[in-house]
Amino acid sequence: MADISAPAATPFRLSMLLYDRRYRSMTIQVFVFILVMAFAWWLVGNTIQNLRVMGKDFDFGFLGQRAGYDIPSPPIPYTSDDTHLRATIVGLLNTVIVSVLGCIAATVLGITVGVARLSNNWLFARLMTIYVEMFRNIPLLLWILIVYAIFTEVLPPPNAYRGEDPAASMILFDNVALTNRYTAIPTLGMTNNPGDLDLGYRILINWAVIAFAVVLIGGWFLRKAVLANAQKVQDATGDRPVTWWKNLAIMTVPSLLLIWYFGLHLVPPELKGFNFAGGLNVQNGFVALWLALTLYTGAFIAEIVRAGILAVSKGQSEAAFALGLKPNWTMNLVILPQALRVIIPPLISQYLNLTKNSSLAIAVGYMDLRGTLGGTTLNQTGRELEAIVLMMLIYLALSLIISGAMNVYNNRVKLKER
Amino acid sequence: MSELHAQTVSFVRETMIPPAPPPTRQTGALRWLRENLFSGPVNTILTLLGLAIIWFLVSHFWDWFAHSVWNAASLAECRQIIAETWGEGARGACWAVIRERWNQYLFGFYPMELYFRPVMAFGFLMVALAPVLFSESLQIRRIVLIVSAVLTLVLMAMLGSPMVWLAFAAVVMIGAVVIAERHAPWLLIFSVLYPLLGIWLLWGGSLWPQIMVLASIGLGWLAWKLLVRVSPLLAMVAGVLVTLILWLVAVGPAAEDAQRLIPLAITAVDSDQFGGFLLSITIGVAGIALSLPLGIILALARRSDMFLVHTLAVTFIEFIRGVPLITLLFVASLLLNYFLPPGTNFDIILRVIIMVTIFAAAYMAEVIRGGLAALPRGQYEAADALGLDYWKAQRLIILPQALKISIPGIVSTFIGMFKDTTLVVFVGLFDPLKGVSDFVRANFAWKGVYWEPFIFVGAIFFIICFSMSRYSMFLERRLRREHR
Amino acid sequence: MKKSVLLGTVAATAAFIGGAAMAAEGDTLKAVKARGELICGVNTGLVGFAAPDASGNWAGFDVAICKAVAAAVLGDPAKVKYVPTTGQTRFTALSSGEVDVLARNSTYTFSRDTDLKLDFIGVNYYDGQGFMVRKDLGVTSAKELDGATICIQTGTTTELNLADYFKANNMSYQPVNIDSNAEGEQQYMAGACDAYTTDASGLAATRAAFADPENHIILPEIISKEPLAPAVRHGDNNWGDIVRWTLNALIAAEEYGVTSANIEELATNSENPEVQRLLGASDDLGKMIGLDKDWAKNAIKASGNYGEIFAKTIGEETPIGLARGLNAQWTQGGLLYAPPFR
Repeated sequence: MADISAPAATPFRLSMLLYDRRYRSMTIQVFVFILVMAFAWWLVGNTIQNLRVMGKDFDFGFLGQRAGYDIPSPPIPYTSDDTHLRATIVGLLNTVIVSVLGCIAATVLGITVGVARLSNNWLFARLMTIYVEMFRNIPLLLWILIVYAIFTEVLPPPNAYRGEDPAASMILFDNVALTNRYTAIPTLGMTNNPGDLDLGYRILINWAVIAFAVVLIGGWFLRKAVLANAQKVQDATGDRPVTWWKNLAIMTVPSLLLIWYFGLHLVPPELKGFNFAGGLNVQNGFVALWLALTLYTGAFIAEIVRAGILAVSKGQSEAAFALGLKPNWTMNLVILPQALRVIIPPLISQYLNLTKNSSLAIAVGYMDLRGTLGGTTLNQTGRELEAIVLMMLIYLALSLIISGAMNVYNNRVKLKER
Repeated sequence: MSELHAQTVSFVRETMIPPAPPPTRQTGALRWLRENLFSGPVNTILTLLGLAIIWFLVSHFWDWFAHSVWNAASLAECRQIIAETWGEGARGACWAVIRERWNQYLFGFYPMELYFRPVMAFGFLMVALAPVLFSESLQIRRIVLIVSAVLTLVLMAMLGSPMVWLAFAAVVMIGAVVIAERHAPWLLIFSVLYPLLGIWLLWGGSLWPQIMVLASIGLGWLAWKLLVRVSPLLAMVAGVLVTLILWLVAVGPAAEDAQRLIPLAITAVDSDQFGGFLLSITIGVAGIALSLPLGIILALARRSDMFLVHTLAVTFIEFIRGVPLITLLFVASLLLNYFLPPGTNFDIILRVIIMVTIFAAAYMAEVIRGGLAALPRGQYEAADALGLDYWKAQRLIILPQALKISIPGIVSTFIGMFKDTTLVVFVGLFDPLKGVSDFVRANFAWKGVYWEPFIFVGAIFFIICFSMSRYSMFLERRLRREHR
Repeated sequence: MKKSVLLGTVAATAAFIGGAAMAAEGDTLKAVKARGELICGVNTGLVGFAAPDASGNWAGFDVAICKAVAAAVLGDPAKVKYVPTTGQTRFTALSSGEVDVLARNSTYTFSRDTDLKLDFIGVNYYDGQGFMVRKDLGVTSAKELDGATICIQTGTTTELNLADYFKANNMSYQPVNIDSNAEGEQQYMAGACDAYTTDASGLAATRAAFADPENHIILPEIISKEPLAPAVRHGDNNWGDIVRWTLNALIAAEEYGVTSANIEELATNSENPEVQRLLGASDDLGKMIGLDKDWAKNAIKASGNYGEIFAKTIGEETPIGLARGLNAQWTQGGLLYAPPFR
């Protein structure tokens, strides 16, 4: 019925660009390419023309100018004499810090709540449902504002800690002071300070930190070696040597020695003048933002976790019970590893959302990237085109890094189909 | 045999003994408590923890709620009333601010005598959505239509709508209820016309541009019809071109002329008078309606086997999803003027809608891509086997199914977007959460009022988003065709 | 093709919505007259300067300037569209042509005037940055604030002044960055900061609204000059002249005793040649800037002369209770000095 003739025999005609399947996709792609290029050309052309009309230029030189504004508790040394570039980096670091801490806390909270929602306890499961629905259905901005307002209104000001009979008292053995400005926590002091390593650009790392890092990473590898050795012995003889005390020693003894050597101790905050000093003052803006992001994203993660657990077929948990596993072992060894495959992909997008949502920091005065580069710097220099383009690129890079890293992890836990 | 048995056994019970009641530990409330709350040490601890949380919340907030003041002209007066009624130092909620300013939280600066128009537009929106969202269950569609008809008419009457408009709304809403019972697919015509009608109701002005736009689409369709015999492709291009050229050249002047001949205008309302929830809903609905077609195109492009098309789609989607919405809003308010020809300047709300649309389209594309991927391969192969070309296969077989299973995802994208509309405050628009509250607090009478507006706005957001998410979960269950 | 299609779609949609405003470049006066409406960039809500009331009517000190300009150009002070702008969007809104005038308590500085391509048309309020503290803190001078926590609005010139002041006096402080004035008050009231710093006018307004103003003091140090000035786009000098001279007319009117009450009377029978010129009774000054004869009369009639506006919106009779101070006429020891109308 079908007449299959050799296509090569037909000579090329112009109409084949449209009607011949072999050429059509090429035609479409070329057409799309031209359209996109024309559109880009149009945008760039307009921008150049507009800049000329307004008498402005496209120049990132403003990043080298003096910033002139202060940032509360910057993660790296920063004063108002530094450049806008350094202010941008401080903002970026602040974004990264709140995002990373937020992701960790939200994951922990989300898994806990997700499991708790499936609990047999009627009351607790209902409470968790209320929490999840409350946070999922009300805008994040409102939660940030509410948490911040609660901090401001409920906690005492620092001068409530003053005097013979103070209105407020410090908690945790006089180590932590909750105030409506910040949470004053102790810092680590050293009697035998080894000094700092100067990385340049006024970024200092204490040698003690490096020593601890080396000891912990070394301990980690040593522990792996011990476990591998135990496995080898077990494979050879059938008996597994007892390793837990070796591992414990490897992980703790060197650290304890270092603590003793450096004379590490806590330096509690003290009320001096208007404020607490000596310790570390963690700004409430940061805590409020972190808490609100955690609670908000945690609610979404809880739903993801719950759906993931429900996706594991009932037979799996029944089989585990039949094997005599206790409920929490069933959860840890059978259900969660399988649920993880369902959970990870949406979890990645929640991490991305949290990072992007951290740009609401301005509502509580936490100076993140949007507060420095996209806020004060933009405002003081009037370089909105440069500042916003740069800010978008940085956020994009952050997102790509997160999704890249999480995809690597996802590929590792993914079911290997054979 | 039984007879034999009866004779051999000395005693056989002939009636059942009545069942004994179970032990008290096994019945009623006690059993329920034991099984659900105190079945083990861990459970007991959890229960006590839960009770502690509830006690904490109630003990801290109850007196505040109990001491509510609804009638006061200022915060100071509120505090005075609270102090007089419940004693010095009592805490209390001052809902009087909501009572005085509710209209700005809901409508912004929309002219008060025209409030019925947004209400009507919102009621019509429910009708327009009925054939799309509520077609899964006839029962629910009937309820939704009747409830929104009654609510719309009652609210309009309460807001002092003129009789003409009330009659118009009544005709449309009751007509929709009747049509839904008889020829439900006809409702789709209303859905298609709704954007034009909704824009007219919200912004007012002349109706002629809308009519002219419809006419130009009709002419484009005519051109397509005439040429489709000659060449389908040519017909397509001609149809689109005719419509676009008419839009560009003829719609404006024609509408003006028509307006001069037969005036058909209602009071125009500027975009800057929009605020509060009216603004949020307008941006949200417009964004979702516009992002749906764009999202479908992006999703198809991303699944395309043409390298360039695929790459462009991926780049676009990942770029938009990789940046916070707030930066896109900044682009709308600060940079769009750089990208458009010098002197172009249009409404900030329209700019925000464009950026929100682009943002939502990227998310929508991913939702729809999920729907496309969830379709069994057999559907694609069946379409190929029938000899359908790409567009026919998409239009007749793939998209109807893929979109249907994507509805829950689309609804949750919408919820997310609706919540995100609160961010427009950062570009100087009056969102209900912070924008309206900030200027209410800029007034001397209400300086220092925080919690009441937060709770009021949060409650409305919760009601809207919660009901949408519940409905989408219901749809998800209904639409799950395969059995597990 | 793509260009026209996109533009067309955009334009068509914009035309639909009725918010289309194609213009901006070049001749602002012509654009405003063609539009029949002045677009004025104002604050999103600052008590006394610009805030909408329960029925959405804008009022305040900055708003009065907008009304005066609208009255001068269009003859009707009601023909103003107020575009609320944030600290971030204000200058872009002006330079992109979204607004015709920016009357949003913005400080007149060198870099804004030059680098940002704005033209400040003259100061309508001489302000300075100050500090407010609680009385029980026992602080009487800003020099004693070493180590204090200070609430500061982000993205304003006050942020830079604060950093400079503390650096110059070799003191340290902890900033609490806040987003809006309303939040600053909340933080300060709750004791989340020891001091609140912003323009002295803002401090006075904030303090006046407290339930216990007597427990808060404004420190004597004024650490910066904050001349608040309306701004227009750089390059359209004629439009700049109109706004500048409208403001000057309001100031001059106060100096010559022209008020909204007696303006009709003075327009016909004033003996003072300056007043005659100002009100268009003798020379036609309006023609020189492309307006009609009654431009200044309309501007003054809109909400009164400078003194009346001040008294009505932020003066001592209002809850804000600002004294005239630097903002008195030069004859009264202030800085207001309108150049002669001739």
